[in-house]
Amino acid sequence: MSRLVKGGRGRFGPYGGQFVPETLMAPIDELLAAYRAARKDPSFKKELDGLLASFAGRPTPLTFAGRLTGMLGGARIYLKREDLLHTGAHKINNALGQALLTKRMGKTRVIAETGAGQHGVATATACALLGLECVVYMGAVDVERQALNVYRMRLLGARVVPVDSGSRTLKDAINAAMRDWVGSYEDTHYILGSVLGPHPFPTMVRDFHAVIGKEVIRQSRKLMPEGRPTHLIACVGGGSNAIGLFWPFLRFADVKMTGVEAGGRSMEPGQHAVRFGPGRPGVLHGTRTYVLQDEGGQILPTHSVSAGLDYPAVGPEHAWLKETGRCEYASVSDAEALEAFHRLSELEGIIPALETAHAVAFALRVAKGLGKEARIVVNLSGRGDKDVPSVMAMEGGLG
Amino acid sequence: MSGRLERAFERARAENRACLIIFVEASDPDSETTARMIPALGEAGADIVELGVPFSDPIADGPVIQRASERALLQGGGLRPSLSILKKVRSEGCEVPVVLFGYVNPVLAMGEDAFISEAREAGADGVLFTDLPPEEGAGLCRGLIREGLAPVNLLAPTSTEARIQKAVSITRGFLYLVSRPGVTGERKDLPAELPDLVARVKKVAGRLPVAVGFGIATPEHVRQAARLADGVVVGSVVVRCCEEAVLSGKDPVSEVTRLVRSLAGGLAR
Repeated sequence: MSRLVKGGRGRFGPYGGQFVPETLMAPIDELLAAYRAARKDPSFKKELDGLLASFAGRPTPLTFAGRLTGMLGGARIYLKREDLLHTGAHKINNALGQALLTKRMGKTRVIAETGAGQHGVATATACALLGLECVVYMGAVDVERQALNVYRMRLLGARVVPVDSGSRTLKDAINAAMRDWVGSYEDTHYILGSVLGPHPFPTMVRDFHAVIGKEVIRQSRKLMPEGRPTHLIACVGGGSNAIGLFWPFLRFADVKMTGVEAGGRSMEPGQHAVRFGPGRPGVLHGTRTYVLQDEGGQILPTHSVSAGLDYPAVGPEHAWLKETGRCEYASVSDAEALEAFHRLSELEGIIPALETAHAVAFALRVAKGLGKEARIVVNLSGRGDKDVPSVMAMEGGLG
Repeated sequence: MSGRLERAFERARAENRACLIIFVEASDPDSETTARMIPALGEAGADIVELGVPFSDPIADGPVIQRASERALLQGGGLRPSLSILKKVRSEGCEVPVVLFGYVNPVLAMGEDAFISEAREAGADGVLFTDLPPEEGAGLCRGLIREGLAPVNLLAPTSTEARIQKAVSITRGFLYLVSRPGVTGERKDLPAELPDLVARVKKVAGRLPVAVGFGIATPEHVRQAARLADGVVVGSVVVRCCEEAVLSGKDPVSEVTRLVRSLAGGLAR
């Protein structure tokens, strides 16, 4: 057993922790203290809940996908409509929470990383709302394939910095944000956008998204005669929308949960982002978790048609949920995700984000086999407007 | 312990100067050059060499060392190749103390116990991980100490008294004090608060030497830092010198050693 896994702060079993340069320990401690104080302070919850309701649009509906269910002829499929939130994805839950914390810590500047641009847009939005300066790091490859979101961030007053090092995707955007933060923490908070990074980020980001699962518990009591879903499905890049849906359900032992990773083009190294299986425990971006790496411990490049899943590590709590067997993880290829992107658009009138399309694809794969008694909730984590230009280009234009 | 690190600081103390610690990235521009570089650095006045172990995601490094890591990885660099370079250098009789400087994931991939024994066999004297604070690294540090390797821990301007004490208890060889917030890279001036910061750390460090690094790039910086601390670490300017030599078709070893000679001129107190 590794010498590194015993005890330590912010652990999920042997995963998690605080693997950061010494300089960052001070701002991380400050953040932890501020977050603990905020959680105990009813006025913080009131302010956040108020913004989530009046600004972001919570609660989001739980929609019965009737035509999809009918076509598949198996489990009933319900969609948790995070795509209807302001800015178009679940990311706003966490961005608003951390932006409020930024104000409480007396900091005036925010930095963030983004892959698909959804977290960047959400953070830029929260910063515009609360009067904070905002800088978003984004891999140069992602800047290109998510041009619409880049322009949205600029409209919202944020500065978008393309990152040209390494694989020029989400991983490198996080590197750049961490380098900024090591030198700027005195006036700057880093709004990390997933359940990744050093403690307390994985716990804190999860808590801000747990509202998703809590609403589903309430809504399914009314919507489902049996009162509760039997299966939860969500896509997993870092894993924030998945943990937000899963976490409040962990106490219900009869609810099965599946996180869906990006299978990419193939299972060759560099062609996918399937951490569970080819990945091994390691340390990346401040946390110990499953990481795609070569034999020498160098981090491998990844590929996914969806920028938000194109990342070589997974949230440490997912690593633990996988290891304990509480949750299962599966993968869906680029092609299957694109197929689901079309199916959901045509059958339900909802264009999903390509990230989300992975979760939809898995539901399509399993619904029939689960039988008519089963009730699946798919987390519709984001809408697909941002992906329309790139899908159109991939499929040869307007034709 | 090999005692090389301790002897380096003793010798410097006897000569009333600070130790010069020079960082180079292993396998940049290639392994053969690094193997020539290490002994040449010693001859040019480096008391200790920090051998940077290339890593794909160096979050504590500025652009100069990032580029060096990328070049090194393209050359097949990494943890095992770095140890091979060191082994070769030792087999040729080089006795310059060497501290491996890097990120923890390659070590986890190798296995911590395997790493400890291979690093010792290769002839390393110390090990420094930029992403392993005492909270996470204490166990590994104790393992290194038991096998005669010196764990070198980082301290920062933000380190509290309690954190400094904790780091001192699991450090051997020397403490590495980061002079300012931020990543590695050259700066125009040393921070004004540096004298107070060094004094604060030295009070807790006792007999353990304290070296200052990050942003030290000129003989004048070396002169200022050498008056305060037991050791002075210079990295990015050396790596940039190596990069520029390669780009302009010059021999990196002779260019870097010339730079190191001029830096060493600032060591006397």
